[in-house]
Amino acid sequence: MQYIAPTTSAAAVAALAACNGDARLLAGGTDILVRLQADLVEPDLLVDIKHIVACQHITEDASGFIIGAAVPSAQLGEHARLSQVWPGIVEGMGLVGSTQVQGRATLTGNLCNASPAADGVPAMVAAGATACVVGPNGTRQLAVEDIPTGPGQISLANNEMIESFSLPPRPPRSSDAYIRFIPRTEMDIAVVGAAVNLTLDETGTCIAACVVLGAVGPTFITVNAAAEALIGSQVDEAALQAVQNACSTAATPISDKRGTAEFRKHTAGVIARRAAIVAHSRALA
Amino acid sequence: MSHSHVSTTINGQAVQYACPTDASLLEVLRDQLGMTGTKEGCGSGDCGACSVSLDGRLVCSCLVLGVEAQGRTVDTIEGMADKNKLHTLQTKFLEHAALQCGICTPGVLVAARSLLEKNPDPTEQEVRYWLAGNLCRCTGYDKIIRAVLEAAKAMREEQA
Amino acid sequence: MSAQTKQFKVIGQRLQRPDGIDKVTGRARYGADIDAAGMLHGKILRSPHAHARILSIDTSAAEQLNGVMAVITRADFPTPHKGFEDVQDNCMAGDRVLYDGHAVAAVAATSKHIAKQAIKLIKVQYQVLPHVTDVEQAIQPDAPVVHSGLVSRRVPKGFSENVVRYSSFGHGDIETGFKAADAVLERTYKTEATHQGYIEPHACMASMGLDNRADMWVCTQGHFWIRNMCAGVMAMESASLRVTASEIGGGFGGKTTVFIEPVVLALAKKSGRAVKMVMTREEVLRATGPTVSTMMHVKVGMNKAGRITATYAKLFYQAGAYKQATVDFGAMPAFAPYALENVKTEGLDVITNRPRTASYRAPGAPPACFAAESAIDELCQELGLDPMEVRLINAAKGGTKSSYGPTFEDHGLIQCLEAAKAHPHWQAPLEINQGRGLAAGFWFNFGGETCVSVFLNNDGSVTVTEGNPDIGGSRASISMMVAEELGIPYEQVRTTVTDTGSLGPNEPTHGSRVTFAVGLAAIKSARAIIDEIRARLARMWEVDVTDVVWQDGAAHYTGNKAGTFEPLDLRQVADIANNLGGPIAGHHEANAEGAGVSFGVHIADTEVDPETGFTSVKRYTVIQDAGKAIQPDYVEGQLQGGAVQGIGWALNEEYVYGEDGCLQNTGFLDYRIPVASDLPMIDTVIVEVPNPGHPFGVRGVGETPIVPPLAAIANAVSRACGKRQVDLPMSPPKVLASMQKA
Repeated sequence: MQYIAPTTSAAAVAALAACNGDARLLAGGTDILVRLQADLVEPDLLVDIKHIVACQHITEDASGFIIGAAVPSAQLGEHARLSQVWPGIVEGMGLVGSTQVQGRATLTGNLCNASPAADGVPAMVAAGATACVVGPNGTRQLAVEDIPTGPGQISLANNEMIESFSLPPRPPRSSDAYIRFIPRTEMDIAVVGAAVNLTLDETGTCIAACVVLGAVGPTFITVNAAAEALIGSQVDEAALQAVQNACSTAATPISDKRGTAEFRKHTAGVIARRAAIVAHSRALA
Repeated sequence: MSHSHVSTTINGQAVQYACPTDASLLEVLRDQLGMTGTKEGCGSGDCGACSVSLDGRLVCSCLVLGVEAQGRTVDTIEGMADKNKLHTLQTKFLEHAALQCGICTPGVLVAARSLLEKNPDPTEQEVRYWLAGNLCRCTGYDKIIRAVLEAAKAMREEQA
Repeated sequence: MSAQTKQFKVIGQRLQRPDGIDKVTGRARYGADIDAAGMLHGKILRSPHAHARILSIDTSAAEQLNGVMAVITRADFPTPHKGFEDVQDNCMAGDRVLYDGHAVAAVAATSKHIAKQAIKLIKVQYQVLPHVTDVEQAIQPDAPVVHSGLVSRRVPKGFSENVVRYSSFGHGDIETGFKAADAVLERTYKTEATHQGYIEPHACMASMGLDNRADMWVCTQGHFWIRNMCAGVMAMESASLRVTASEIGGGFGGKTTVFIEPVVLALAKKSGRAVKMVMTREEVLRATGPTVSTMMHVKVGMNKAGRITATYAKLFYQAGAYKQATVDFGAMPAFAPYALENVKTEGLDVITNRPRTASYRAPGAPPACFAAESAIDELCQELGLDPMEVRLINAAKGGTKSSYGPTFEDHGLIQCLEAAKAHPHWQAPLEINQGRGLAAGFWFNFGGETCVSVFLNNDGSVTVTEGNPDIGGSRASISMMVAEELGIPYEQVRTTVTDTGSLGPNEPTHGSRVTFAVGLAAIKSARAIIDEIRARLARMWEVDVTDVVWQDGAAHYTGNKAGTFEPLDLRQVADIANNLGGPIAGHHEANAEGAGVSFGVHIADTEVDPETGFTSVKRYTVIQDAGKAIQPDYVEGQLQGGAVQGIGWALNEEYVYGEDGCLQNTGFLDYRIPVASDLPMIDTVIVEVPNPGHPFGVRGVGETPIVPPLAAIANAVSRACGKRQVDLPMSPPKVLASMQKA
C-alpha cells in the first residue's frame, strides 16, 4: 500500500485517477483503519486529504458556512458560531464514537462510509447541505441527500473527492436538533436517529421544516409528512403527535443485533418527536 | 509492503522511524519503538487503552497510521511524569486506588490529562462522558472518576 | 487473641500497592509487552462454521510463503495425557469444528504481516453439519447432537443427547412446603451468555529447546495451572516447562485455562524459535471462554408472614461444546441466603455449538441467584410484604443447614441486611418511573493448593515469594499481613509473584482465594521465621525458648533473668543470623481450609423510560461481609467492579448468535460492557464478621459482588415499569415489549 498526502485537491484527484488498483481517501481514518486492521480492505493507494488547505477549515460568510472535508468532529464542537447556528449538525457528529474518535472522525467520512446508522448524516440532510465535489473534470456541487445510495454505497465516482460542505444561510428563529437512541449512554451505533431542522415566524408558527430519520432504512429517510405536520403549526402537541406517527409510519427498519424492527419503528416516532421539541425550543431561544 | 520514513516528535524528543505504510501508530510505538506503555485492547477504537495525544488532540493510536505522525507531535503515557516526578493525575490515581489490573490505566490517564487541559474544573458527568471511550472492566469507574476530580482540584490549587 | 479484639498496626490501612507506580507510568509489563530477540509471530486460523467436519487441510501454500517457519494442525499435537483430551480439542480442532471460531490450524512467521498472509493461504474443506446454539432448542429430543455418548447415568429421560449431566441438592420435602404456603409462584427465567470482558487480550510467548524443555511467559490468573494444562496437552513433564506470569490485564476467571498457550508451544517446538501470539478482540470474544446461557424454572412458596415454606429450581445451563460442571455452582447457591426447611435444586448441563465456557466470577451463581431472588421479590409484591423484612425473617445464620448441604459457620448476612436497612439509600424517595430493587447473594469462597516462602534478607528486609498473579492489589495485602505478623513496617516487605520453577504448586488467582489462602500461608511462613529466631536466640542466650517472645517487631526475653538481654529487632537479628546458623526463612505449603463464605446485599435504583424501555441506574449500594478488610480500598474496588459487571449482565451484555450459528457481536462496539457515563458512583459498606478460619478474620470478597446485581437490577426495573422481567439482558426492545404487553 502506498500512502500520499497531497496539498491540493487537484493533486489528490490526479493520484486517484492515476492509480490502477484500489485507491481510497483517508480523512479521519476511524472507519478505514478498522477495516484495514480487520483485513476487510487492502488498498493499493491511500490519499490523505488532511494536508489540503481547502479541507482544513470552517469559514462563515453571507452565503453560510463552509466546512472543510478533513475537519474533525472535535473541531466542529469547538467552533462557537457553528455550534450556535447549527447545533443539530454539531451534536449529530459529536455522538460518533468516543472523545478519541471525535479527535479524528469527519462529516465526510461519516457520509461516505454510508452506514444507514451514520449519526452525522440526518442533520446534514435536514439542513439542506451540499458537498463541493472535485473530480478530474473540475468541481460540482452535489446535495448531501443525493450522496448515499444504499448501505456502503455512494453516488460519487472512484476518482472524485469531497473537498467541503456548504450550509445555507440561516433565517432568524431557525434551529435544528439530532437525537439518537442507543442501549447505553455512549459508544454505540444508533438504533434509531432523528434530525429536525425548522424555522419559526415572528408569531411562533413553523414556516419551514425538515425531518430526517437514520438507522431505520437502507439510507436516511426524509419524512415529508412529518415536516408538513410541523409547517403551519405552533409545534404544539397535535403537531408533535403527528410527527411521531408520521415517523413511525415512514420507518422501514430491519431486525438485527442492535434492535428489532418493531422496536425501531416505534422508537423512530418517539425520538423524532423529542428532536422536534429540542429544535423548537432552540429556535425560540 | 512499502515502508515510509517518518520524522516526528514523541514526548518532546525528535524521533525518526521507517514503518510499513499500513502500520498503525500503536504498532509503531509498541513494536518498533518499544514504547509498550500504550496498550491494545481492541484495535478498533472501542476501548481507549491506546489513547495518545496527537498535536494536542486525544486520539486512539490504533486508528492513526504511523505515517500520519510525520511532522506532528505525539504524547504518550511514558512522557506523563516529569522525569522522576509523577503527574498529579498519576499521584491521585495511586492515592485513590483508581486502578486494579492497570491495563486501561495509561489510556485513562492520557485521556484525563487531555480533559483537564481543556476543562480544569469538570463536573462528575463531564468526566464520565469524556472518559466513556476508555473501558475499564475492574473498577466500575467509581474510584477513577473520584481520582480525576481530586486531581483537577489539586491542579487548580497548584495554579492558584 | 481473636481477630475481633486484636489491635492492628498495618492491617486496615489504605496503603499504596507496590506495583502502582509501574502501572501509572506504563512501565509494567503485560502479556503482549514481553518479547525476545528473533522471536516469531503466531496466528491461528479459525472455523467460520458453527459445526462442521474437517475433510482436508492443505497447508502447502502457507508453508512455501517466505518467512513462514512453522504451520501446524491437530496432527502436530501428541496424544494428550489422560484428562486433557477436551482441553486439547478446544485448543485445536480434531476431525470436527464444534463452534464458530474453533482453531483449525496455526502458523509462526517472521512478522505479523506474513503470519496473517499465511493464514489466508491455508485451504480447509469443510462438510457443514447441523448446529444448535440455544439452550432451549438444544435440549429438545430432535436437536442436532454436538457429541454422542456423553450422557451421564443420572440424566432424566426425554431430552436430546446434549443434556449430559444431572445434579441435585436440597433437603426436606418441598411438596409439603408448597402446601403450607399462602402464595406459590412459578416462573421460567432466561439469561444470555456474557464474557468476562477483560481489556487485555490473551497473550503468550514461549520457546522450546531441542531437549523439549520449554519456557513460557503469559498473562494468566494461574501459571501453575497453565503449566499443568500445557504439559497435559503436549504430553510433557510439568518440570520441563517453566511458566512465568506477566502482569495481567484482568481475568475474572477467563484466564484460568489455556486457549493459545499449547498452540504457541507446538509452534515453538516445530519452528525451533521463540513464538509470540496475541489474540485480537474478535478472537477473545469468539474463541475464549464466555459464561453459560440459561433457562431456569423456579417455584417458591411463601406464607403471609413472609416465611419461605419451600423452594425449587430446575436449571438448564448451556456451557459450550464440552461437558462442564458449572450448573452445580448455580444449583448449590441459588437459595443459600435462606434458612429453609424444604429446598430442592436440580442442575442439567447442556452442550451446544458454542465455545467452551470458562469461569466468570462466582461461575454459575449469578443466573441462579437472579431467578431465585426475582421470584422472592415478586412474592413480596404479591403478598404486600417488605422485601427487606422478608429477607431478614428468612436469613441463614451460623448453624443454619445450608441449601446445598453443609451447616454454615458464623457469617455476616444478617449484619449486611441490617446495614442495608439502616442505609440512607433504602429510605430515599423515588421519582416517577423509578423502582428500587433488593437482592442478596452468596459465594462459597475457596482456599486450595497454596505455597509461600518468606525470606529474611541480610539487611533485615523481608522477601515474600508467592505464586498467584496479582490482579487487584494482592501483593500489597500479602505484604501487609506479613508486616503485621512480623511487627515491621509495610515498606520493609516486598512480595514477588514467582515462576513455576521457583515454588510449589498454587491454584490460580480464583475462587476469591488469594487474600485468604496466600495470606494464611504467608502468615504461617512469617510465624515459622519468628519461631526460628526464637529458637536461635534461646540457644545464644542459653535460655528456655518459651521465655523468648516476639512482640512489636522484636525478640524479648521474658524469663526470670529479665533485664539481662536487650530486645533484638528484625534488622539486628538479620545482622547476626549468619553466626547463629545461617539464613532464616519460613515456608508453608497446604490445601488452605476454612475459606469462610461471603454474603452480600445490593440495593439498586433504576429509572425506565416508558417510551423506549431504556433503563438508567440512578443509585447503587453494595453491602458485603469481608470478614476483615486488609486494605479497604481494594475491598471496595472488588465490590464496585463486581457490581458493575453484574449491571452489564443485567442490562446490555449478551452473546448474539445468527441463524448460521456464528457470533454476531465480536467487538466492544456491540458487546456492550458498561461505560463510565452509564453509571452512578457505587456506594459500598464493608461489614466485618471475622472468618474463624483465618488468623486476621479474612473472607474472600472478589466473587460475591457479581451474584446479586442481576436480581437487584431486575427487581428494580420490574418495579419501575410495572412488568416483571424474566429474561436477561433487559435490553430496551425487550423491556419495551414487556410494557406494551397487556
